Amino acid sequence: MKQHDVILIGGGHNGLVTAGYLQRAGLNVLVVEKNPWVGGAATSRDTGTGVTFSNCSYVCSLFRPEIMRDLELPKHGLQIISYEGGAVFTRDGDYLASYRDHDSHRREFARFSARDAEAYESYARDVTRQCRFIQPLLMRTAPDPVSFKPRDIAELLWIARRFGNFSAEEMAATVRFWTMSIADFLEEYFETDVIKAYLALSGIIGTALGPMSPGTAYVLLHHYMGEVDGSVGAWGYARGGMGAVTQALAASFTAAGGTIRTDAGVAKVLTKGGRTRGVVLETGEEILAPRVVSNADVKRTFLKLVDPADLPDPFLHRVKHFKMRGSSGKLNIALDGLPDFPALPEGSRCAMGDMHFTDSVERMERGYDDWKAGRWSADPFVDMMIPTQLDPTMAPPGQHFMSCFVQYCPPKLEGRDWTDADRAAFAETVVSQIADYSPGFRDRIIGMEVRTPRELEAEVGLTEGNIFQGELTFDQLLFNRPVPGYAQYRSPIPGLYICGSSTHPGGGVMGAPGRNAAAEILRDLRMHPKEMRPAHDVL
Amino acid sequence: MIAARPQPAQGHFRTPLMETPFHPRLAALAETNDWYGWAGMKSLHSVYDEELEYFAIRSTAALFDISPMAKYRVRGPGSEAMLNRLTLRDVRKLAPGRVHYTAWCDDEGHVLDDGTLFRLAPDDFRLCCQGRHLPWLLDTAEGFDCTVTDETDEVAGLALQGPCSFAVLAAAGFTGAETLKPFQLRDFPHEGGRVTISRTGFTGDLGYELFVAADAALTLWDRLWSAGQPLRLKAIGYNALNRARIEAGFIVAGADFTPADQAIRTDRVRMPDEIGLDWMVDLTKSAFTGRRAIAAARAKGTLKHILVGLDIADNTPAEGAIVYHRGKREAGVVSAAIWSPTLKRNIAIASLDRPYGSRLTDDLWVEIYALRELRYAKLMKPARIVPRPFLTLPRRSATPPGRF
Repeated sequence: MKQHDVILIGGGHNGLVTAGYLQRAGLNVLVVEKNPWVGGAATSRDTGTGVTFSNCSYVCSLFRPEIMRDLELPKHGLQIISYEGGAVFTRDGDYLASYRDHDSHRREFARFSARDAEAYESYARDVTRQCRFIQPLLMRTAPDPVSFKPRDIAELLWIARRFGNFSAEEMAATVRFWTMSIADFLEEYFETDVIKAYLALSGIIGTALGPMSPGTAYVLLHHYMGEVDGSVGAWGYARGGMGAVTQALAASFTAAGGTIRTDAGVAKVLTKGGRTRGVVLETGEEILAPRVVSNADVKRTFLKLVDPADLPDPFLHRVKHFKMRGSSGKLNIALDGLPDFPALPEGSRCAMGDMHFTDSVERMERGYDDWKAGRWSADPFVDMMIPTQLDPTMAPPGQHFMSCFVQYCPPKLEGRDWTDADRAAFAETVVSQIADYSPGFRDRIIGMEVRTPRELEAEVGLTEGNIFQGELTFDQLLFNRPVPGYAQYRSPIPGLYICGSSTHPGGGVMGAPGRNAAAEILRDLRMHPKEMRPAHDVL
Repeated sequence: MIAARPQPAQGHFRTPLMETPFHPRLAALAETNDWYGWAGMKSLHSVYDEELEYFAIRSTAALFDISPMAKYRVRGPGSEAMLNRLTLRDVRKLAPGRVHYTAWCDDEGHVLDDGTLFRLAPDDFRLCCQGRHLPWLLDTAEGFDCTVTDETDEVAGLALQGPCSFAVLAAAGFTGAETLKPFQLRDFPHEGGRVTISRTGFTGDLGYELFVAADAALTLWDRLWSAGQPLRLKAIGYNALNRARIEAGFIVAGADFTPADQAIRTDRVRMPDEIGLDWMVDLTKSAFTGRRAIAAARAKGTLKHILVGLDIADNTPAEGAIVYHRGKREAGVVSAAIWSPTLKRNIAIASLDRPYGSRLTDDLWVEIYALRELRYAKLMKPARIVPRPFLTLPRRSATPPGRF
């Protein structure tokens, strides 16, 4: 039998990134995946409707171009397409659109407020400035502030120097950005409710926090630091759905000689004498390897796959209290035609992008109130898009895939588990919201996949269905992610690593955690492969 | 079910480049069809021939559409005090019926924009500038008894520049224009309304700027155009104007300096003293935004940059070139450069890192990369710091103005 140098638990995008780098560095890597397919939360599957869905994640911006290039993902079929536009429908029958063209964007804001139209410029500048500070941190291992190792000290000094180059004003802005609520932050720039609601969405997506909760301004930043071909902050569709990202990663990995075993769920990580020895599959089969990397989230990895006796108590305590709360659900809808949105004028390209119905920050916050009470939002926030308007590969001509990300949606309903009836009622809440703005919408539906945190946890393995494998609040970032002292992809057990979004720099289909983890593993092996080229400069 | 509420204003997305009030006339004249977007408005790089348009500015008369400039109106008993808080120069010294060139800064003393301030009446001002600043102006106006409104779309603007520009005004029947001194403005009747004419411009030549309600734009154009034909009046695009403004030594926001509210890299901003606007800063007047920071930078000697005019050897324009000291040490960058047809000199505006340009002014070199048929000619040419404006024309300031 083939000897493996590394076993990778879970074929999500980060796991496949780590596997790809390690395999290319000359190691023998085996990816074991519990599902019959790889992809984790970046999959494209037809669940029987004849239309392919991006079942979980649905848009692409954060995925690092360095990784696409290093792992030759375009050669293995990955194509990212920019999209245009977007709109928030307002309850008075109007809408606020978003346009790529700078002056169109300004004029659209000016329909609501002349002041806000011109304030957007300084808002965009301030957000961009903060992104530029954080972006270079993404592809670097976060320094441990108490290790006193030369490398950590050098890294801390590097960050300190960057921070030190700030003016007093910028330093204040940075601290505020990392601690403020998105509502308070937007309040400083804008006066129009629908404009604030439109911009606030990036502050709450995937987060069990409301727009008025401190810390959500950073979540916005996290969604801004992506790019499509150098256009920072832009978002795009992966051609073929988000599964195209992981399919390309898997193809790149296997082309380099790596092995993937699907239908191979891991029951336990094997240890001996305090060292990692391999894994036991749910079937009882043992696979041995000196190194195991877990793409599962930090709770699943250390609370389910590892014997607690192998872990120090303080570590376990921190893992148990790592915030990873399910807050969102998803409806994937197959349509037999493009839905009509009468509020949009003829020729509008708004429907090509993301559409929302939440026209005030107050409504978002009320939606969050429901979540706190253990209910899904009666008036949910929906991030809705129809990628098949640009992507011809996902649906037969005339049919469409509509992706609806829904917030808020709790992992348990008033303390009890979800039932299928609950799930249907949740879906109805969303469909009726859309139907309010789109006459005849219900008649266009030919199939639907409804996912609450229950389904997300069961299929993808995300604890509570939290899409980021842990909240992106300042207390859980950098050297605190996921556990202080263990933020450098290693665990208390020698030979066991983690590489998922629970680690720095966090969630989103970014790939940076996977790449950073691969770099640390290779460092432990004293390998310096040329395949891992330096991160792009931020000029 | 929520009923749709269509509104005409929603349709703006169909024309991302809007038309200025003069568009029908420009479109009829535009032979090159060299349109571009200036602040979201359709504007022309050139109308028929950039080179010939330049000579219209310097030899006859040229008409340039400045409608896309941002125009803010500040009115009310507190407007003088508000503008004195906002801008660098002392607005109390700006008499009604006068215009001055000024600039304004953020709290760190970094320039947000420069522009012209028109005092239309004791309590009525118009501020014309390149960038958009409504939130900043509204914030500044707080506590002052005045209103700030954006009148960019309501007011059309034309620059009439060149040695025959006065003659065109006179032929068009603007009687009394001969008494306008530089930086003076006055209202003239036009089609039952009025047009505000100021003796200002961006060319360093004799010239005027005319502001009129957008709905009277075309009749104003026609009035000037028919009167101007015997005087060889030509419509021009931005490229010709740009040549003239470099000769006049004027700077452009976003090109020769990065406005502080747009700078993504915080070390790229500029204080007035760093872009040649030190003469505007009036530390003797009441408090204004940025005053403390500017005074401190002067006292501590922490100014980092300086803007200079360069006279460069040879005849290749040095656009975008790197400036070196002794041909080795990088000293700055050229932000605008042309071969000046009127001066017969190779001139440039450059931003240098002090002490280059301030203490060390000799032995400067400019590295010019000139792409000629797939090969770069790499030139290292000596440059001399010279005063701006490069070009001073007596006809610009003569009152009464000449007819050509």
